[in-house]
Amino acid sequence: MFAIARKEAIQLVRDSRSMILAFLLPMLLILVFGFAITLDVRNIRLAVLDESMTPESRHLVDAFEESGYFSVERYLDRHGEADELLVGGRVTAVLVIPPAFAADLAAEGTARVQLLLDGSDANTATIALNYADAISHDFSSDVLPDWRTARRSISPELRVWYNETLESRNMIVPGLIAVLMSIIAAMLTSLTIAREWERGTMEQLAATPVHRVEVIVGKLMPYVGIGLVDVALATLVGVFLFDVPLRGSVSLLFAMTFLFLLGALGFGIFLSAVLKSQVLAIQASIMVTYLPAMLLSGFIYAIANMPPFLQVVSYAIPARYFITITRGIFLKGVGIETLWGSALGLAVYAVIGLGLALHAFRKELA
Amino acid sequence: MTSAAVSVRGLTRRFGEVVAVEGLSFEVKTGELFGIVGPDGAGKTTTLRMLAGVMRPSGGDALIRGRSVVSEPEAVKPHIAYMSQRFGLYEDLTVGENIAFYAELYEVPRSVLPGRLERLYEFSQLAPFEGRLAGDLSGGMKQKLGLCCALVHEPDVLLLDEPTFGVDPISRRDLWLIVHDMVARGTTVIVSTAYMEEAERCDRVALMNRGRLVGLDHPRRLHEGLGGEVISVRVSEPRRAVEWLAGVPHVRSAALLGDSMRIMLGDGEEAWSSVRTSLEEQGIAVLEAAPARPSLEDVFVELVERERSGKNPERSGND
Repeated sequence: MFAIARKEAIQLVRDSRSMILAFLLPMLLILVFGFAITLDVRNIRLAVLDESMTPESRHLVDAFEESGYFSVERYLDRHGEADELLVGGRVTAVLVIPPAFAADLAAEGTARVQLLLDGSDANTATIALNYADAISHDFSSDVLPDWRTARRSISPELRVWYNETLESRNMIVPGLIAVLMSIIAAMLTSLTIAREWERGTMEQLAATPVHRVEVIVGKLMPYVGIGLVDVALATLVGVFLFDVPLRGSVSLLFAMTFLFLLGALGFGIFLSAVLKSQVLAIQASIMVTYLPAMLLSGFIYAIANMPPFLQVVSYAIPARYFITITRGIFLKGVGIETLWGSALGLAVYAVIGLGLALHAFRKELA
Repeated sequence: MTSAAVSVRGLTRRFGEVVAVEGLSFEVKTGELFGIVGPDGAGKTTTLRMLAGVMRPSGGDALIRGRSVVSEPEAVKPHIAYMSQRFGLYEDLTVGENIAFYAELYEVPRSVLPGRLERLYEFSQLAPFEGRLAGDLSGGMKQKLGLCCALVHEPDVLLLDEPTFGVDPISRRDLWLIVHDMVARGTTVIVSTAYMEEAERCDRVALMNRGRLVGLDHPRRLHEGLGGEVISVRVSEPRRAVEWLAGVPHVRSAALLGDSMRIMLGDGEEAWSSVRTSLEEQGIAVLEAAPARPSLEDVFVELVERERSGKNPERSGND
């Protein structure tokens, strides 16, 4: 068993492709995702058609700009231009301030402005709308006497827990660690048995008295090591580069990672043993781990918002449990007393993954 | 009574419709050098794989030192070594690491390992390459390394599948020296080959064709069992001569070999004189004629021919 583990480790270290897959790829992904995919909307490109041309209207435009959520790209002269810019996708929103803005404000205390939004990206549009609403509200309270805004006498005071600043990065990074491990783990081991069949070394190995459980476990060991190192690296990047809070227990995080790796690596070995071809096995592993882990695990889309059918499907996706756990540990700082359900899910997955691997791998040619 | 190291009984393997090996039976004595000879597709590799316990027979059984490869293949494995046609070396491991890996798999005790390594390196002459990656070795050295890996646990039975395939003549000779050395030490060796001249090195050979056994004996006695003679002849028009001879009585076969003909004749000396007369009547001049030693290849062709025409292969002295 240790002979196989040692041999596998030596081969891994000498195989630059595997090393890139094992260490560079996860780091690259976490950097790309961490920097690029923030679900926060910032710097919405805004064009302004100011027909009022008053200090008040300029004040409103400044309020938009200063919020940080909008950046004023253009000042327009006529309505027709607004249409062109929106259709061409050069701005996401157009703020139209009518000529009567300042006068209405002075006379009635209310004034209308128009915000044209490119609704083709509904998500961004909704967020932009909410920001605009908030900015206008703040603006009103600034320029108007207190008693006028006080009409909104009941306003909820919102407080967000666990991710106080609602930074989507804080959601993404712990989730990303889980998704990454889903992809990398199955991909790494999907190659290992198939490679030996392709190179003819498996026929030789099969003729030795080594037990097939020893082969599987021996092959798993170095990859478990790689997986744990990957999670450690990803956690360091998350905490120190992206300022993601790590509130829970680090040892629990690693224990859960270990459990998850057993299942995922076992599953990769299963694919490898069944397909006996490196190309097929790696494709299959991407198909069955990458897409579900991305889309159905709750990483990007909340499971609660999915159609009921997909919600049921998501129970079969191990990344779902792992994401719940990583987010729980990172953001909420909760322990096993809360996460035991998901931990159980991972344990079941580990049993299934290893079971399939052991079942599928035979020391025998077809 | 059974001093048989390997006892094969009705061994059969089918791949779907195709029968790769059919009803194969033979015994190999302890310490014997046993050859399995036949053309590509004869079923040699399939047979060895079944004996090595890496392929499940469709029927029949084989006992290796009394253990069945069907019911307890894992009990067979510690006692054998199997070297597949393209030995699966780990090309990204060094020579030393490959050997050490197999030593660990076979649980060779650490106390005896240094002595064994020394001996393996000595006869394989691989010592200077211990730190080299197996992938960087020449074809012949790879085969030697494969053999070292297979021998590190000192198996009782060594199964070699075409060990000299694609190997240069010098390395081929070296490999055979190692094999003979193992036999001298009492190891039972079963070796498959498509080279007839290699088969003649064996104590006994099994001739296989299309999955069946067509002959089994000492190479020499297989020659004798032929019951005819082979004559090497040079004639004026070899091409026409070969065509003509196909229909002549007493001629079993005639084939071109370089600029001469090999004619296998039926019975006795009168046969040649009648064939010669027949050739000369056709205006083909016989320039030179000399009796030739029949090769195992001649035997093989003859036995396959007999089998095809429905006659049972002659089996003599199957001791």
